[in-house]
Amino acid sequence: MTVTESGTTRANPAVVPAPGPRKRRSWRSGTGEALWGYLLIAPTGLGLAVFYLWPVLQTAYFSFTEWGPFGGHEWIGLENYETLAGDEDVLRALGNTVLYTLVGLLGIPVAVVLAALLNRRGLRGVAVYRALFFLPVVTMPVAVAMVWRWMYNGDYGLLNQALSAVGVEGPHWIADPATALYALALVGIWSSIGYNLVIFLAGMQAIPRELYEAAEIDGAGAVAQFRTVTLPMLSPSIFFVSVVSVIGSLQLFDLVYVIGGSGQTARGNPAYPRIQTVVALFYEKAFVTNDRGYAAAIVMALLLLIVALTAVQFRLQKKWVHYA
Amino acid sequence: MTSRMRHGLAAMVSLVLAVALAGCGDDDEAADGPATLSYAVWDVNQVPVMEELAAAFTKDHPDITVKVQMTPWADYWTKLRAAVSGGEAPDVFWMNGPNFQLYADNKVIAPLDERIKDAKLDLGVYPKALVDLYTFEGKVYGLPKDFDTVGVWYNKELFTAAGVPFPKDGWTWADFKSAAAKLTDPAKGVYGIGAGVGSAQEYYYNTIYQAGGQVISPDGKKSGFDQPASIEGLRFWTDLIKAKQSPDIKTMTDTQPIQLFEAGKLAMYWGGSWNVTEFGKNDYTKTRVDAGPLPMGVKKASIIHGVANVVSAKTKYKNQSWEFVKFLGSQPAAEILGKKGPIPAYNGTQAAWKQANAAFNGQVFLDAVSYAVPYPVSRNTAAWNEAETKHLTRAYNGEVDIETAAKALAAEMNDLLAKE
Repeated sequence: MTVTESGTTRANPAVVPAPGPRKRRSWRSGTGEALWGYLLIAPTGLGLAVFYLWPVLQTAYFSFTEWGPFGGHEWIGLENYETLAGDEDVLRALGNTVLYTLVGLLGIPVAVVLAALLNRRGLRGVAVYRALFFLPVVTMPVAVAMVWRWMYNGDYGLLNQALSAVGVEGPHWIADPATALYALALVGIWSSIGYNLVIFLAGMQAIPRELYEAAEIDGAGAVAQFRTVTLPMLSPSIFFVSVVSVIGSLQLFDLVYVIGGSGQTARGNPAYPRIQTVVALFYEKAFVTNDRGYAAAIVMALLLLIVALTAVQFRLQKKWVHYA
Repeated sequence: MTSRMRHGLAAMVSLVLAVALAGCGDDDEAADGPATLSYAVWDVNQVPVMEELAAAFTKDHPDITVKVQMTPWADYWTKLRAAVSGGEAPDVFWMNGPNFQLYADNKVIAPLDERIKDAKLDLGVYPKALVDLYTFEGKVYGLPKDFDTVGVWYNKELFTAAGVPFPKDGWTWADFKSAAAKLTDPAKGVYGIGAGVGSAQEYYYNTIYQAGGQVISPDGKKSGFDQPASIEGLRFWTDLIKAKQSPDIKTMTDTQPIQLFEAGKLAMYWGGSWNVTEFGKNDYTKTRVDAGPLPMGVKKASIIHGVANVVSAKTKYKNQSWEFVKFLGSQPAAEILGKKGPIPAYNGTQAAWKQANAAFNGQVFLDAVSYAVPYPVSRNTAAWNEAETKHLTRAYNGEVDIETAAKALAAEMNDLLAKE
């Protein structure tokens, strides 16, 4: 309470009409504080500016140029964007990326339910479960991808061995155009569940006990409590996670590269056109076929898509996110 | 405002530094004096022999030391391009066919003609296909280091069990196809061959030339994929998949043909001379496999490729770098290389390589030189290599027939070549 109060006074000096000297002191302490603030965020700010903001601006510029393979570029105006608009590969990659993102969102309800189960009072070994679920998050993505690649092997993989035990002949998960994208999305969900889980658990623990007690007195059972208390109170966390996962999914690359076949491991994968994402396409244009100006245009298009989708999400949040 | 000034200041400081550094590395001063050369390579297995060569060179040139820089294949070209863009290219480095013209055309590497003439070197000591591979617009840019050709690796056990004679010189496509049919045994999950599409060098490039077709016109301006003979060369493989004498490409996406061959599931594997290392180490293949020549179509053909040593156009140590490259291209260096590395390019030094890999019939790969075809390249080879994989995969997977795919590929490749 006091914090807010003093905060308002300082932020809004007009509230306290004060004589000269006091005013001056408040002005001075204000800039001093701001200066310290800027100093403290400077390391992060500089890092962001140098390693994120500056490259983004450069990329935006390069998207209007044609690149030589060893640097050196020539301004060609909108030519890259004109090519982009009529490029079937780009359209297909966009479609794949969006589909992958939508499937990936299914991971959120799973994580919410898991978090609710882990959050029950009196559950034993919570720390162990949490560690297990979090493990994929801290494992190297390439190692994860390699192991899944083995499991998905159509002829010798663990998954199909298990299926054959119950008499089902599994497909070539990664090489079959009908299954490849979903197989990749499953790995994506599996490896992000731990991260989402931690956020949801934190969100749940911040929900005041009294709300559950009140609901209980009103006669709500466990499921009703989850629906009427947990979910609405958790909606800011869910919103955050969905924004972050949409942005993450739209930038999918490593799984496609290692499992799917844009790298050397599975070159000539017949399912590749169905799983090639925008970033995988960008990588091929920029680093394999030496068409960097065009590659820059492709990621600028992706950036616009991310900004647009995120804006839509922020617009929609008013309808379903409750801030306590 | 301030930030722009800071940028300006930083730029000025670096400019002054650059000028000062350039002053230190003045051409005349560094021309023949002591030097430390950087030598970039991509094969970790060859690092010891490269270091041995560097040491042998330093013995003759005590004031020049060579530092071998290993970058794994997956990152080699990306890193090299970045280094070149940043003005930090290694003095001497390995070059391959698909990338060569890009580097020569952009003047990243130095032409060596004058040097070769001054030193009275005879390029006839290297296979002609390799010298041609590293010639751009009439100028030679690299001295061949090693070479590889393609042959048929076969599983002796499976051949004997099926009563099929081993591949021998002069066998034809028809012989190959009947062998593949006899060797295929669905009950045991054994196939005659794996028709891989992910790599061209060991597979369809050979059959295209054997059929009398071509991948790219000799002037490097037109695709050859739409020629009827080239299409026959491709059909060779799609027919094998259709006849189920090769696993389908879904299976080969999950398990690469070489892995299937090493598990005894393929009776034959089209591979390179470089496979001696892998098959010599693998417990299964060590005693069971051997190499034979490729079958002939309308004519004999085997794709030859080799690495060359090139000198950066921007090196501070032009003379010293040339001395090193000259040494690497010499007979003594080739003899050291042959004992521990790939087939040395210098004619007459290949006996050492054969001896070091005596478990297999290495002569097959040496004989192939007489009818070898250089690895097809142009200025931006990688661009149409991607198009090959894209179009041919669809045909190998049975989504379109091979003629349609080859024509679509030729059209896209011609567009890409026009952009070069």
